[in-house]
This record gives sequence, C-alpha cells and structure tokens, in this order.
Amino acid sequence: MDFKDTPEEAAYRQQVRDWLTANAPKKRVGEPDPLGESSDGLAASKAWQAKKAAAGYACITWPKEWGGQGGTPIQQVIFGQEESAFPTPGNPFQIGLGMCVPTVMTFADEDTKKRFVGPALRGEEIWCQLFSEPSGGSDVAGARTRAERAPDGSGDWIINGQKVWTTGAQFSDFGIVICRSNPDAPKHKGMTMFWIDMKAPGVEVRPIHQMSGGSGFNEVFFTDLRVKDSQRLGAVDDGWRVSLVTLMNERLAVGGASGAGWSAFLEAARETPGLDGGAAIKDQALREKLADWYVQAEGLKHTRNRTMTALSKGETPGPESSIGKIISAVQMQELAHSAVEMLDQYGIINDPALAPLRGAFQASLMSAPGMRIAGGTDEILRNIIAERVLGLPGDIRVDKDVAFKDLPTGR
Amino acid sequence: MNFDFSDDQKFLKNEARKFLEAQCPTSRVRKVLDEDARSFDEDLWKAVGEQGWLGAAIPEEYNGLGLGRLELCVIAEELGRAVAPIPFASTVYFLAEGIMLAGSDEQKAHLLPRIAAGEIIGAMATSEGPGVTTASTLQASVEGGKLTGVKLPVTDGDIANVALVLAKENGRPALFVADLTDPSVTRDALKTLDPTRDAARLTFKDTPVKRLGEAGQGFELLEQINDRAAVLLAFEQCGGADRCLEMAKAYALERYAFGRVIGSYQAIKHKLADIYVKNELARSNAYYGAWALNTGAAELPVAASAARIAGSEAYWFASKENIQTHGGIGFTWEMDCHLHYRRSRQLSLVAGAPRVWKERLVSQLERRNAAA
Repeated sequence: MDFKDTPEEAAYRQQVRDWLTANAPKKRVGEPDPLGESSDGLAASKAWQAKKAAAGYACITWPKEWGGQGGTPIQQVIFGQEESAFPTPGNPFQIGLGMCVPTVMTFADEDTKKRFVGPALRGEEIWCQLFSEPSGGSDVAGARTRAERAPDGSGDWIINGQKVWTTGAQFSDFGIVICRSNPDAPKHKGMTMFWIDMKAPGVEVRPIHQMSGGSGFNEVFFTDLRVKDSQRLGAVDDGWRVSLVTLMNERLAVGGASGAGWSAFLEAARETPGLDGGAAIKDQALREKLADWYVQAEGLKHTRNRTMTALSKGETPGPESSIGKIISAVQMQELAHSAVEMLDQYGIINDPALAPLRGAFQASLMSAPGMRIAGGTDEILRNIIAERVLGLPGDIRVDKDVAFKDLPTGR
Repeated sequence: MNFDFSDDQKFLKNEARKFLEAQCPTSRVRKVLDEDARSFDEDLWKAVGEQGWLGAAIPEEYNGLGLGRLELCVIAEELGRAVAPIPFASTVYFLAEGIMLAGSDEQKAHLLPRIAAGEIIGAMATSEGPGVTTASTLQASVEGGKLTGVKLPVTDGDIANVALVLAKENGRPALFVADLTDPSVTRDALKTLDPTRDAARLTFKDTPVKRLGEAGQGFELLEQINDRAAVLLAFEQCGGADRCLEMAKAYALERYAFGRVIGSYQAIKHKLADIYVKNELARSNAYYGAWALNTGAAELPVAASAARIAGSEAYWFASKENIQTHGGIGFTWEMDCHLHYRRSRQLSLVAGAPRVWKERLVSQLERRNAAA
C-alpha cells in the first residue's frame, strides 16, 4: 500500500509534466472562469484545447484514429492532476467531449463522425447536452419535447418544445437532444435522440437567472426546428438506450462540489471573535463540526485514491463514485451555514469587500442548493447506490407499460 | 497509485473470514453473552493463537510472524465482522504495540514471545472513573516501584495477566507494566454494555511494577499507543459496520410489508445508502491510517484520529439503523442486531470517546494551520 505511481505511470507523469512546463500558460489571464463562460475566456480555452489536441492530450483515452492516444483512464487522471497545477483557462469542452461526442461516436455514421469528432477535440466546436425539461429533471424518460416527421415526405423531423438547465448552451455550436417521437408508446419506448445545430433557426437560448444571482445555465426553446433524418442517433424510438450511453459517461464527468472547505473555516474561525471574546475556534461545538468536516473530506480524498488504484489496475470504477457529490454538496451547505452563523449579525453581509475570504462562505451558501440538485439530486444518488451498488429493487412503477400520452402529468 | 491491500493480504483476509465463519459463528459469541461466568471464548482464543495472529506483527526474533501492520489490519476487520469474544485488542493492539513501541530489550524479550505464544492476555488500565482521565485527575501513583490506586473500567481486566497502567511517579505521569497475577491486585468483574468483552475494576496496593518508556512521558506514550490501536480498532469497526449493512440488506429483501419487500421503499433504500456512504468513508480513512501506521509516517496522529472518528460514527450508525430496518424483531434478544449495537459502544469508548479524538484532531489541525 502506497501512493506511488507504477514505473509506467511515473514515466507518463514525467512526460506530461515536461510537456506542460514547455506549453502551459504561466499565469492566469483575468478572473478564474472554470466553465470558460466569458468571451475572453472562451478564446483562451479554445487556444489551449487546440494545443492539447495537437500533442494528443485532449482525449487521452480515445483511439489514435480519432486523435486520442489510445491511453488508459489512469493516464487521463495523471494528466488532469498535472494540468491542475498550471493556471490553464476554463474547460467548456467537458460535457461535449465527456458525454455528447462519445454518444455521436457510438451511434452516428462514418461521415458524421469524421465531420464532428476532430473539431470538437480541437476545441473549435463546443457541444451541449439537452436532456432536462421543465416537467422532468430526474425523470429524463419523461421528456415531452416533440419530434415529428415533416409532413412533406422528406424524412426530416420537426422539433418543438423546451429544454432547461443546459450548461454552456449560450456558447455551444451543437448539441444532442432527446425527444418524444411516439407518445402512444410507453415512455421509455417512444423517444429518439438527435444531434442539432444550436445556431439553426428555431433554436432560442435564454439564460436562467439562478437564485445565487449567476446565470451559468440556460433554457433552450425549439420552435419548428427542422433536422435531417441523418441527424438521428440510434434507431427511431430507441433514444432511451442512446441516453444511457451518454449518462454512463456522465458518471465519470461530474465531479464533487468545491467551495470553501474545512481549512477556510478554520482560518476564519481563528480570526473571528467567539462566545467569550476569545477566537471562535475555541468554541467546542464548532470544533466538533470542524473535525467531522475534515474526516469527511479526508474520506472522500482517500475514496478517490481507492478509485484511482482500481483504474491503475485496469478495473472500471462503478457507481460507488456517486458518494462524492452526496457528501460534498451537503457539507458545502452545512459548512457555509455554520460559517455565516459564526459571524453572528455580521453574517448577513454578502459583500466581498467586507465578508471574510471575499464572501466565499456566502457564495457557497447561495450555490449549495444547486449543487445538491445538479448532476443527480441527493435523492436520486441514494437510489443509485441502493439499486446499483446494494442491489435493492427499483421502485414500483406506474409509468412503464402505459402509453406516454396517457400518463398523469400534473403541471 | 497503489492505495489498496496486496493480493497476499487479501488472501489472508479471506482465510481469516473462512476461519472465523467456522470457529466464531454468532452462536459462539452468544455463549459468552449469555453465560455470566464466561468472560471470553477460550477455545477461540487458543485457535486464534494457533493461527499465529497474536504474533502477526511481532518480529521473528521474538517468535512472532514478523508481518507488517497491514496484515494485522485485515485480521482486525474480520474479528470485528465476527464480533469475536476474545481479548485480541487488549493484548495485541494495546499491550504488544505498547511494548514494541517503548519497551526495553528486557521487557520485549520477557513479554513479546509469550504474547505471540498465547500465554499472556493484556489489558490497558488508564480510566479511573466517569469522564476523561487527565494529568490533573490522575490518582494512581507509584512509589519506590510499587503501584497503588484503582482503575475502572479495565477491558479484559478480569482475565488479563499483564496490564499497562497509567500512574504518577513523583507527581509525573508514566505508563507501567503490572503483573496482574500478583496477590496485591484485586479484581472485581463489572457489568458492561457489551458482555462479550468483559471489564473489571482493578485495585492495586503496593503492586510491584516496571516503568514503560520515559519518566513523565505517560500521556505522550499513551497517545502513541492509542494512535496505533485506533487504526486497528477502526478496521474492527469497518468489519462490524459492513456486517450490519449486509444484515439490514438481507432483511430488507426478505421482509414484506404492504405487499412488497421493504427494501423497495425509498425510506429503507436511502437509509441503507446512507449506511453504505458512511462505511465507505470510514474504510477510506482506515486505509489511510493503515498506511500511516505501517510506514511510521508523521501523519499518523491525524490519520489515526480521522480513522477513529469515521469508524466510530459508521459502526454506531450502521448498528442502530440495522435494528431499525429489522423493526420489532431487531429488538429481540434472539436476533443478532444487538451484538453489533453493543460492540459498537465498546469499540468507540475503549480508546477514548470520539469527542476526545475530535478535540485532539482539531488541535493538530490548528497547529498545522498556524505553522503554514
């Protein structure tokens, strides 16, 4: 038991480190921008992605013929670890390269693959994933966005409806969208997947104003969007199976929540007056919480080390990695809540110029509710653990064998 | 990255499980639970000795197997899973580790081969009453090599031959090795929450003792021993907690209510998912503790604290929610659920309660933060 690389891993790490030292930016331009949302950031992100692609580091595990290295997952992890030590620009390509393009690669014809894989890999084109709808987030198979054959006999499809919580739609060039193609069939058997041009007429992107004040996500409206039958991914009415391939990749792509952690809390608690005029860190109740947060964070860190070990041995990590977000998102919320309460009346101030750590705890507090929902709610993740890890039965379903159009929908 | 046990260690773990499934079914554990006169399972103790487990981490020069602490960790996990009613922790994690850590050559030569041979049962005698024992509350004292004082509770104090005792000498705390077979020692058995692991009140009156380690270093040495024991106890806790999850899952899949298995209700599914998450976090912390213990890393005090806190929380949660999942039948004497509920209390208190470890952990984090 140790934390050392195998000789092969160590050699790869050194190769990566040498390349990054020679090629990665030395200092960050502007504010940190993890999703690469600002237009300046976008240009920098695209330039960096192109550089990585040219050297074979953009999608290490992809086959060489598609611009990868035919590498192992552990090599991908090693590159990520080494890259994170450099002030590289944000990465708006994760969803596309992690979920959308692999779906295209699995289901599209050769010409389509040739057209899209390269530009996506090089960062020239950005992809988004259009699954969630206002009427269903966790219940992806409840999608109501309609795809109907065009009445002109061309074989084209006409798409109408609305998607929501689409990350990066505002700067995406293409997307994959799951649609209801047969409302007379049961819900899982009447959906079809397409790739679409996000700049086409009939696609409208509107930012969502989040409760945290930011606008990282979007609503996407389709009004008589016309797509070719060649844009279909998988068979007609077989979109559910296609979406499972996409979501299988999501598990590896969605990370845990970050935000101000136990060490930030400790830092702040040393500086903040507590109950008896001494520092708040002397408060026994806060000390116990701090210990619990530390132990959870360490537990997650070493669970990742165990996952990496499995990757290193060539094993496939299972849905066990779902525990990361359950713990980290809840902790983010609880820790921010305790930190704000520690400030007493001053805790209501949400001004980076006045609040400790430039308002990091207030920012965490206001974004944590979203973290507990995005990429699988706390509840869905518990279902995943119960069903896929522990082998407990799925829920009794009332929606499986009924025509989609006859399902009760509420509002 | 190689943050896992080796194939050999996994093989040992598997063998230990098979051995304990055969030698230590809960029917054997219940004999110790139900018969007041029986303090431990002597046959199992003998069989465990024959397996070489008592001397697994003791060097070969002292007739041990000379394996590492990682081997001891996998054995500990299986003992915890089996709720083994034997004084393994007292003898191996506390006494043997203490002697290996701070014993003189003479103490090592005198005690370690006999521990490895199964001739000695150990005990750790630090507590003197309700609450935390500190330098300011410590009463037991040693004068001229003779110990006088009362220790309670001392886990396995009723059956041990040798104890490590915390006492003051010239007003300064130190640890001492006491021969409990000396006629000056009085033992009174105590009723405990977990009767599968007995405890006693030990009364010393001018009992001859030998100091372990440096004068005045009693609490420092005790912390070092506790760090080692905490990692090993954390593996027992992981073993027990995982067993609780298995029991709860099996019952949830066979018990019907309102026309379907209770394991199909989200109230139960989410409960079991929560147990799983806590167990995994405890296991990951225990692994890090194992690494620190085995390599003698400077991180051991922090890693051991985290392992102990996570292990205690996981086993407590799993043992109580296992009963809850079983419903009424889980509250009966005949169901095994309470064996784990009891053992979870024993394991989480025997080396100091979690809140003591939380305080210790935060103090260390504070020092690290101030130094950074």
